[in-house]
Amino acid sequence: MQPTDIGNPQYFHKVVDCQWACPAHTQVPRYIRMIAAGRFDDAYLLNWDSNVFPGILGRTCDRPCEPACRRGRVEENNGEKPEPVAICRLKRVAADNRSVDIEKRMRERLPEPVPGAERFRIACVGGGPSSLTVARDLAPLGYRVTIFETDAKGGGFMRTQVPRFRLPEAVINEEVGYILGLGVEFVGNHKIDSMKSLLAENFDAVFVGCGAPRGRNLHVPGRDEAATWIHLGIEWLASVYFEHVKKVGRRVLVLGGGNTAMDCCRSARRLGGEEVKVIVRSGYEEMKASPWEKEDAEHEGVEILNWLNPKSFVHEDGKLTGMWFTPMRAEVDANGRRKLVPNGEPDRLIECDEVLIAVGQENAFPWIERDLGMAFDEWGMPVLDKLTMQSSLPGVFFGGDAAFGPKNIIWAVEHGHQAAVSIHNLLQHEDVRKRPPPLTNLVSQKMGIHEWSYDNEISPDERYVVPWAPKEKTLTNIHQEVELGFDVQTAWKEAQRCLNCDVQTVFTKDICIECDACVDACPTDCITFTSNGEEMELRTRLTAPAQNTGQDLYVSEPLKTARVMVKDEDVCLHCGLCAERCPTGAWDMRQFLFVDSCAGHDEGSATVATRKKTPA
Amino acid sequence: MPPKAPDCVTTRWHEMTYLPKPRLHHPSLQRNAAGFIRRDYEGAVSTLCAGCGHDSISAAIIQACWELDIEPHRVAKISGIGCSSKTPTYFLSASHGFNAVHGRMPSVLTGANLANRELLYLGVSGDGDSASIGIGQFVHSIRRGVDMVYIVENNGVYGLTKGQFSATADQGSKSKKGAINTDAPVDMVGMALQLGASFVASSFSGDKAQLVPLLKAAMTHKGAAFLDVISPCVTFNNHEGSTKSYDYVREHNHALCRMDFISSHAEITVDYAPGEVREVHQHDGSVLRLRKLPEGHDSGDRVGAMNYLHACQARGEIVTGLLYVDPDAADLHAHLDTTPVAFNTLGEGELCPGAATLEAINADLR
Repeated sequence: MQPTDIGNPQYFHKVVDCQWACPAHTQVPRYIRMIAAGRFDDAYLLNWDSNVFPGILGRTCDRPCEPACRRGRVEENNGEKPEPVAICRLKRVAADNRSVDIEKRMRERLPEPVPGAERFRIACVGGGPSSLTVARDLAPLGYRVTIFETDAKGGGFMRTQVPRFRLPEAVINEEVGYILGLGVEFVGNHKIDSMKSLLAENFDAVFVGCGAPRGRNLHVPGRDEAATWIHLGIEWLASVYFEHVKKVGRRVLVLGGGNTAMDCCRSARRLGGEEVKVIVRSGYEEMKASPWEKEDAEHEGVEILNWLNPKSFVHEDGKLTGMWFTPMRAEVDANGRRKLVPNGEPDRLIECDEVLIAVGQENAFPWIERDLGMAFDEWGMPVLDKLTMQSSLPGVFFGGDAAFGPKNIIWAVEHGHQAAVSIHNLLQHEDVRKRPPPLTNLVSQKMGIHEWSYDNEISPDERYVVPWAPKEKTLTNIHQEVELGFDVQTAWKEAQRCLNCDVQTVFTKDICIECDACVDACPTDCITFTSNGEEMELRTRLTAPAQNTGQDLYVSEPLKTARVMVKDEDVCLHCGLCAERCPTGAWDMRQFLFVDSCAGHDEGSATVATRKKTPA
Repeated sequence: MPPKAPDCVTTRWHEMTYLPKPRLHHPSLQRNAAGFIRRDYEGAVSTLCAGCGHDSISAAIIQACWELDIEPHRVAKISGIGCSSKTPTYFLSASHGFNAVHGRMPSVLTGANLANRELLYLGVSGDGDSASIGIGQFVHSIRRGVDMVYIVENNGVYGLTKGQFSATADQGSKSKKGAINTDAPVDMVGMALQLGASFVASSFSGDKAQLVPLLKAAMTHKGAAFLDVISPCVTFNNHEGSTKSYDYVREHNHALCRMDFISSHAEITVDYAPGEVREVHQHDGSVLRLRKLPEGHDSGDRVGAMNYLHACQARGEIVTGLLYVDPDAADLHAHLDTTPVAFNTLGEGELCPGAATLEAINADLR
């Protein structure tokens, strides 16, 4: 193998599994250390800088970081339940404990405006997370941003579809408020129904972040006849939010296996639904809903029934009485495609009073005229540059669910960041595809022979459970938040579970004396000194076999004995024992900083300077 | 269900300024026939200097014991005084241990062995403990054929007293401060051969591929097994001019042969041409397979081994590997015709047979 180029920032970035997996590349271990140190404002602002909605995401994020977390791999065979660090809920701790004058501190760290930016006007269609991110990134640079929103208040899906028992309205108000407070013009109760007219207003750039607002319907017999008792999930959730719907039938069926279905069934439990069942066509494991959402629903007495395909609605005198389902199984066809087919068992009747359909969402752009020259694909989706989020009309950009269909909040934020970079480039006459380089740094954490500036003791604790409000309270009041968040003491203990994967093991081959001390000291057998070879072959003859090929091998240049040092990054605990037991300092623990690129973030720019103001 | 790891290995040392090795381990670690993973054979975190060769020897002992499916409570690790003699704390924390007075490990070990012949005895010593203050003890335990593994962690200096030359330092080698050693070295390997050790090997802490099989062979050998392991002192003896530094040993290492250890329950396959390998069958059924033996060398030839050793030393080479083994050797218990079981399994009647028995013995001697 070739020696590893640790000068390439992506090498160490990939070692920080959580940050690498996060669409916005939030510096997770760094903010977890800040939380452990009680620096909640710094932790909040680090998040705010990267993911814009720490309080909201600390409750609702899809948390791609957690399945990626190294802790979930190294606890395997070591504990009853290998669990990642509760990254998402730690983020909430930063939000819950931030100081009241956070907005002032936020402003102190904003980048300097770009001279002349105030000449440019940018329109954002929709007031959801992607539009708000564009506004948050561009307004401080001096651009004049206007957000048009159909509803009275900003927040989009986060406000109208995510139920209040998961996300209190005050949290949305605060975090949307921070952005609007940056000098962003918010035009509420204003539905954009023509792109042509919007373009005629001579905005310098338009960002479309209007979500995927149309719930997919289910056309099976009886749908129209019993329509009064059948609702589209996302519309019904919005009606619950606006309090147009205040109760639901005693027996409720929710069709679909995604997170919207989970929000529907849990809302139904709070509005009078006593027997609430979620019916899913496929199996339990392959449901799109996050595992914890399923657990939460089941905890509240919701029953999840799998492998049932809706066949028809049953109604008597115009009143819904039940639904017929066909039992299904999965089959792989001749082309290797998996499809669902009836398993031959008799159809099943499930009685109910009301049905919520949550089988997916669709994008809809009836308001974008097709004669504007904007290209759409065969599914009616805009043709976009995936890097820049730019449409075929150079001044029009898309993001969030409007771009590539329903995803989640953190992806919407990342789309917003990238679109903001593109819009800034466009208006500054730069190449729109240009991405500013990430801000990186690599600094030794050594303070003494056995002393590091990070807490390198590995906590043996298992994941802490977030306390819940009692069920009697949460099921009777739809506004009662279920999760109460970690208290500071528990948060500290949970934070100690973080392995600090951003503190990298850096090897200097010229001073290595090949004494094997690191090999003997490593608790997870990551280090080997051996003759070089092809990667797949080398992986088989390390101290412990490196079977996870998704994780890199760190290979040194040849040493004095002509061998190479090979470190399997997979299960490294970043405990620093290799460096503590190294007699020559050939191993060192260095904190790797990786700040993802953002609008106006050019080397030497004011933005970089202000970002450096945040202490480590 | 495999047995749970002993609780004592989870001991935490919060009072230390440095951290114990975390219990989290590589997910692929396997349990051996005794039900343990390799990590269960570890001890407390080492307080030796970072990079000390002794720590590598401890790691090799851990590996060997895991591979041999040894139950930790069937091991007694006995040491004297010195850096090397501290190391039993850093491995096999679930085993019996005894830190003897300086140089007195061999007699304590001999006594323990006579009282309970059923344990595996690891005598861990150093060049100071065994070649200076304890040389008499070393000599007599070897010539008596005590059933043990006598390991000398040999670094040529007194590490605990700031790096003076020890008795094994080579003539002409240079100290860290620049002094030249004028005394001739004690050659412990040569002495062990001469004194009748039935297993004699030499190795290097930086070569676990060689050291682990040698340790396994020594642990399964019945009789006095002597193992001299060159173990560089990173703090006082790892400089230019030292003959026990990592670099010097690597440059002058003359590996006599490669040895594979094949345990008694492993299937023995032959994939070498005749004459290329020599197999030594031990009493417990294990096989030592010696490869790439030098022309005319016989691992069962004590005189040949001594000649070979001295010839290499004259050329300035450090011989490592298995020099001599007698798989049919008899140990001290056989010499003395002792009772075949451990004393702690005997009843009071057998241990104190009474006045009549004493009378009979005395009458015999009249």
